[in-house]
Amino acid sequence: MTKEMLTGNAAAAWGVRLAEVDYIPAYPITPQTEIIETLAKWISAGVLDARFVTVDSEHSMITAAGAASATGVRVFTATSSQGLLYGFEMLYAVAGWRVPLVMVNVSRGLSAPITLEPDHNDILAARDSGFLQIHCETCQEVLDSILMAYRLAEDERVLLPVFVNMDGFHLSFTREPVEIPDLEKAKMFLPAYQPRHAFFKASQPMAQGVAVIGGPAYSYFKYQMHLASIKALEVYNEASKEFGKIFGRSHNTIEGYMIDDAEYILVMINSFSTLGKAAIKEARAKDIKAGLLKLRLLRPFPESDIVKAIKGAKAAAVVDQNISVGKGGILHSEIAGAICNQKDKPLLLSFIGGLGGKNISPQEFEFIIDCMVKAADTGEIPAPRLLYTETEWKEMDRLKKMAGKL
Amino acid sequence: MDVIPIKSIKDIPTEEDIFPGTPTCAGCGGLLALRHCLKALGKKVIIVNAAGCFTLLSIYPFTPFQNSWLYTAIACAPAGAQGVRDALDILIRKGRLDPEEDLKVVVLTGDGAAYDIGLASTSGAIYRNLDFYYICYDNEAYGNTGFQWSGATPFASKTGTTPAGRISPTGTELSKKNLFEIWRSHKPPYLATISPAHPVDLINKFKKAEQYKGPKLFINLSPCPPGWATDPSHSAMFAKLAVDTGIWALKEAICGDVRHTFVPKKFRPVEEYLKGQGRFAHLFKPVRQEEILAKIQEMVVQYWNEVQDNESIKK
Ligand code: SF4
Repeated sequence: MTKEMLTGNAAAAWGVRLAEVDYIPAYPITPQTEIIETLAKWISAGVLDARFVTVDSEHSMITAAGAASATGVRVFTATSSQGLLYGFEMLYAVAGWRVPLVMVNVSRGLSAPITLEPDHNDILAARDSGFLQIHCETCQEVLDSILMAYRLAEDERVLLPVFVNMDGFHLSFTREPVEIPDLEKAKMFLPAYQPRHAFFKASQPMAQGVAVIGGPAYSYFKYQMHLASIKALEVYNEASKEFGKIFGRSHNTIEGYMIDDAEYILVMINSFSTLGKAAIKEARAKDIKAGLLKLRLLRPFPESDIVKAIKGAKAAAVVDQNISVGKGGILHSEIAGAICNQKDKPLLLSFIGGLGGKNISPQEFEFIIDCMVKAADTGEIPAPRLLYTETEWKEMDRLKKMAGKL
Repeated sequence: MDVIPIKSIKDIPTEEDIFPGTPTCAGCGGLLALRHCLKALGKKVIIVNAAGCFTLLSIYPFTPFQNSWLYTAIACAPAGAQGVRDALDILIRKGRLDPEEDLKVVVLTGDGAAYDIGLASTSGAIYRNLDFYYICYDNEAYGNTGFQWSGATPFASKTGTTPAGRISPTGTELSKKNLFEIWRSHKPPYLATISPAHPVDLINKFKKAEQYKGPKLFINLSPCPPGWATDPSHSAMFAKLAVDTGIWALKEAICGDVRHTFVPKKFRPVEEYLKGQGRFAHLFKPVRQEEILAKIQEMVVQYWNEVQDNESIKK
């Protein structure tokens, strides 16, 4: 084991190297490109025995990845934002093929307006595709999650592709100390891929990805995917325990921060959780019993873990770094769905923040916690809010003036 | 490397690789050609299919093939072929698959996928020199959706989206996209047009192609009874007429060098090909559209004049 300062992207590449991936179809896009460049460099240097091919689009990339996985090799690929949406059709297709490939998405806001910085509309658009989703806050989590992802995907009870998600810039380009496990240990956790269901060979012709006619056959195969995904919760917990045994650290489906006695809970995901945790510390210093729930595994949705974690709190606020235009925060809806039939459920508030990488300042977190306290006192739940500071508003005014619109 | 060409249809294996009873239309010219292609390719094949009529060949739990099959989506079958080819190579190289288990990777697409939506992924695969076969069954329109205009639709054909009417009596105003030349500009080792009415030529082209590593591409003009509004029993006849009138040129290009593999001794007038097809009926009724008919004939004459200049063949 060695410890190195790695960016999120480099940590992802290390995860792939330790998984001894066979095949990497790729297509560059900011802020993901450093991952595939790192892998290409290692292949060229002979330290990773894999084939790398740059294809003509993300649509082709996901197709090639799925087809190779269906032929029986271990496959990795990565994308971001526009690229993910460009290949979108094939996400559903390869998930339906039940191929256990792993794909990193480096989150970045979606056009228009075109931008580079992160929010989660890209990865959440893929929410219903059949891919499992692991979301990361730290560079260590990125590396570890890739090993976990293959373990999960290739388990015969699951056989679904997995996304590992990290925020562009905030994690992809941020250096943190990362423990790089020894290859031998990585192999103990993740044995070689030996598929029994995915192959193409002369002696045993097989048709994969075939059409069905009629709803009953379609429903049957779709629902099988759903059941396999739900089953992945159990498989995840097993894998996480074993990961802990081998590497001395583990990552659960969710992470609670100062949550055990918390009355007010922030619900967050990905790298901005770090900002949330700092705000919780501040609140605790002021004797507010605040805590944070970080979602890690988003698909399958660890509903009972979430319910248990926030049960008994007075209020919870979901900070959605995404927006379902015409509805609001996506994760807010998901959490609301999870707790709606529970007895001891907290009041649930909705905030949207960090769109296109907009910072969430300590004052904004203070405001959220304040809103929770007030809601608990009065029983009145404020309307969903967009987090936006006065300074930001003034700056926007200045830009509008320059554009001649004010 | 010399290959010994077959001489007659009697030399074509009688054993069938594709079983009857598929859901394609009676008289499908594409299926007719595919039958011959598979005889040439043998059984160690995986077909990577793009959305189109032939997607319905494999419907759970049936398949008419004795070979493997992977359906992808409309735009990306060549990318699927890339994934399969690369994976087979990796498995063999790493000793995880017996080389005897290796497969020929064959893309099977309609003209909508080949000429339009899948052109980028095809270009990518050819350019990367992917070792694969590519068969386009070109019925000159989006057939599976009921015959709408595609980049392959010829001038003056009517389709569901280019109907002939008072304002546009021609039907399709654009000419057929020259996919052969688009592909040829990539300089693949082997590229050919084929016809179900010329099985000997077809088989020999596959035999020749087999010598080359890299992309081996085929465009088959596929009579399509429901779309062309022709009788299913006339498909072979129309395929033959397309060649005899010079509308469908049988040719090949080896590393970019073009050669015509069959030149009719005497070209028949294009009208003979056009008049029996419902998709061209508006050129004859209620009034003969002489100008359009002359233009089609002129296009064919011009094509063969250029061929003559380039290849100095006798017309
Ligand atoms: S519509 Fe035409 S191309 Fe499609 S299956 Fe029928 S005959 Fe063949």
